[in-house]
Amino acid sequence: MTSRDFISEVQNTWCPGCGNFAIQHTMKKVFMELEGEGVVPESLVLVTGIGCHAKIADYFNLNSFYTLHGRTLPVATGIKLANRDLTVICHAGDGDALAEGLDHLIFAAKRNIDLTVILHDNRVYGLTTGQYTPTSPIGFKGRSTPHGTTEFPLNPLRLMLASGATFVARGYTRRMPLLKSLVKAALTHRGFAFIDVLQVCASYANLTDYYEKRVYELKGHDTGSYEDATMIAGEWDYYSDSPIGLGLIYQKEGPIYEPTPEKEVLWGSRKDLVMHVLDSRT
Amino acid sequence: MDDLSVLVGGRAGDGINIAGMMIAWLMNASGYRPHMYYDYPSLIKGGHNFAIVRGTPGQPRAIRTRVDILLALNQDTIEKHRDRIHESTAVLFNADRAKGPGEGIPVSDILKRHDAQAVMENSCLVGAFAKSAGMPTNLVSSVFKRHIPRYVEKNLDVALDGYDSVRTSHNLAPSLSRPLPVVSGNEAAGLGFLCSGLDAYVAYPMTPSSSLLHFLAEHGPPAGVTVVHPENEIAVMLMAAGFAYAGRKVAVGTSGGGFCLMTEGLSLAGMAELPVVIVMSQRTGPSTGLPTYSAQSDLHFVLHAGHGEFPRFICAPGDATETMSWSKTALEIAWRYQVPSFVLMDKHLSEGFFSIDTERVGGVAVRGPETGVASPLRRYIDSPSGVSPLAFPPAAGHVIKVNSYAHDESGITTEDPVIVELMTQKRLRKEASLEAEVQRLPAVVTGGNPGGTTAVLCFGSTAGVSEEAAERLRYRVVRPVVLEPFPAKAFHDALSGVERTICVEENVKGQLSLLLRRHGLMTDHEVRRSDGRPFEVEYLIKRLEEVPL
Ligand SMILES: Cc1ncc(C[n+]2csc(CCOP(=O)(O)OP(=O)(O)O)c2C)c(N)n1
Ligand code: SF4
Ligand SMILES: [Mg+2]
Repeated sequence: MTSRDFISEVQNTWCPGCGNFAIQHTMKKVFMELEGEGVVPESLVLVTGIGCHAKIADYFNLNSFYTLHGRTLPVATGIKLANRDLTVICHAGDGDALAEGLDHLIFAAKRNIDLTVILHDNRVYGLTTGQYTPTSPIGFKGRSTPHGTTEFPLNPLRLMLASGATFVARGYTRRMPLLKSLVKAALTHRGFAFIDVLQVCASYANLTDYYEKRVYELKGHDTGSYEDATMIAGEWDYYSDSPIGLGLIYQKEGPIYEPTPEKEVLWGSRKDLVMHVLDSRT
Repeated sequence: MDDLSVLVGGRAGDGINIAGMMIAWLMNASGYRPHMYYDYPSLIKGGHNFAIVRGTPGQPRAIRTRVDILLALNQDTIEKHRDRIHESTAVLFNADRAKGPGEGIPVSDILKRHDAQAVMENSCLVGAFAKSAGMPTNLVSSVFKRHIPRYVEKNLDVALDGYDSVRTSHNLAPSLSRPLPVVSGNEAAGLGFLCSGLDAYVAYPMTPSSSLLHFLAEHGPPAGVTVVHPENEIAVMLMAAGFAYAGRKVAVGTSGGGFCLMTEGLSLAGMAELPVVIVMSQRTGPSTGLPTYSAQSDLHFVLHAGHGEFPRFICAPGDATETMSWSKTALEIAWRYQVPSFVLMDKHLSEGFFSIDTERVGGVAVRGPETGVASPLRRYIDSPSGVSPLAFPPAAGHVIKVNSYAHDESGITTEDPVIVELMTQKRLRKEASLEAEVQRLPAVVTGGNPGGTTAVLCFGSTAGVSEEAAERLRYRVVRPVVLEPFPAKAFHDALSGVERTICVEENVKGQLSLLLRRHGLMTDHEVRRSDGRPFEVEYLIKRLEEVPL
């Protein structure tokens, strides 16, 4: 497929300056690279939630399941368990995966199912016009919290580390080459890969200046060390004034989720099995 | 006599269900088809548990109030079931824990004699039952050898001493019925799914659906079925949606509270046209209700669950044999029409045991799913039947998009009024096609006295008791097995010549009655029960006789 073939003809409705464009562009480049390495585009499946981020399902000319708000992970899990040869990618929102569907995110990480989650973390509910999310900084004045939130944000990276994710990284939509290498690494990782992408929302939470002053590229730490990863992931608490590390934070190999350990299929036919069960019940 | 009813009771943790099953196996081996009802509170130890096992040469599908043999592991069992005891009831009790009246069995002496553990008390009483029912000792030993997994010899010794400690009180007429497999309603559903090519079962434990999860978790994987128990029922339904999208035949199972959580995903299955089978086993609600007791109070919930309008299929089988064949049909319908498809059950059916007549399990074959692809694939391409061809990723040269938003034929989100209307009409046309399919199915069952001018109307697990009571009263029984799309014509035809209808239901509001009213049938009288307990034959007859003429 050429670069143009990957993108569908659907009219794009993201706001000018939206960080989702950068994610889309990055994904396209990774998909093209993967295709060059022999991955057939038909084996890619995008699973999206509901929110601005999720429109990416329509914008790519690829298999997709445009699910419900918060529900990317169970759907993606079903798809992956149905066919291990598919590469399944969740595009989830911060409201989507961390509020409405938090249970699913934790359990997907706990299982170490072989999926990739790209969290479009714009720190706001974009599509519903600007309410606070679990990653909004304390004091965030959104439309449901006009006087500012009184809740501290959640640190999704620490949450994922604690839950058992085997690939944890942070990207930023204004650092596209780094984001591309992270996405590529996540897609090739065997196991549950999570990338928290700090995504600029041009309309409701434009944190460009804040990020530009603080982001730096992580280098030199032992990405196989859980303790180091936990420390690095905690350096910035998603609200106060501290450096924001970008890059791979943690990666390790772990057993991949199999709901029922691969056993030999004992029965030549279902009928044999049914007869066997019925026989034992007389 | 050829109709034997046995009650065995004790405390939770006494293994009453196992004792009940042994009695059922013994009856089965004697040519008496068993039906077992197991009554237990929602706790693990203590409380009162009992099982009623009834055997007849034909298949009983209901229990009687009166019992012929009462096996009491404690005095409580005798006190609680005094109304079931009549002049010829043999009451056999553990003399260490009860004082009768009846025949006491010196259980602790017998156990001591064989250096047996306390849990073998059950075997002792089961042996006593066999003697009381006039069964020969060789039958006892063959059934024990077949169905006791561990310490067979010791259990058998204990059983035979129990056998020797009572007298024979009933003489069963010989029966030539060949023993049939005995399974629960949930197991029958699992067997039906296994026969019809189920690839995956996803469920979160909830009584009374859990034993289906347990059955498939044990028997499914060696036959290539993936069984998943995820974080909650929301995940259950959505995982099922993922399996269906990727082309795997999937079912989920739950009860009322869990199904509440599934409704968001159900509506998604309706919109995205994903084939998913839902086994919904009702228990007494609302809310947590009575976890281990039954109800038929979720009919309207299942009929209307989910927001927006979309076609669905609902069947409510009446016994294990029907459950096996209809769960197969439900799966086929789901795939043929790409709709959510329900097997509506309840505690009595799910956890009740019945013989299963494999010769009666056949069902009407539904045509296979529409496959084949247009290029480039439009997942929701319009067609006269409303059904679009199915294809699954990876499909070379094709992009397969499904969507919870209103979408066009390619699965791309749209708000265009013309396309939205077109796709709505397409889904509606699927419903019309499904209605036509239902006309080919045995969607309405008639029983009792076919010429009766009074008809008992019922659905689901009350089938058996309704038929038995109706036979006694020379009434007809008309029972829809398919509840959506409602087989209105077949139902009205089955009522021809009927002058008076009585609707029997296990709920307070008369949910079947309301459904029938929607299809132009005003029922004349209602018999309802909503305490979670099953209608017993004598009780239903009495209630039917009380209905004014
Ligand atoms: C069950 C449910 N609740 C609420 C909504 C409304 N809703 C749609 S998108 C959204 C928030 C989106 O925020 P986020 O997930 O952060 O995505 P973004 O738009 O920021 O990309 C909400 C609340 C919904 N679609 N479904
Ligand atoms: S609201 Fe924010 S996230 Fe949504 S499209 Fe506009 S800029 Fe992007
Ligand atoms: Mg957001």
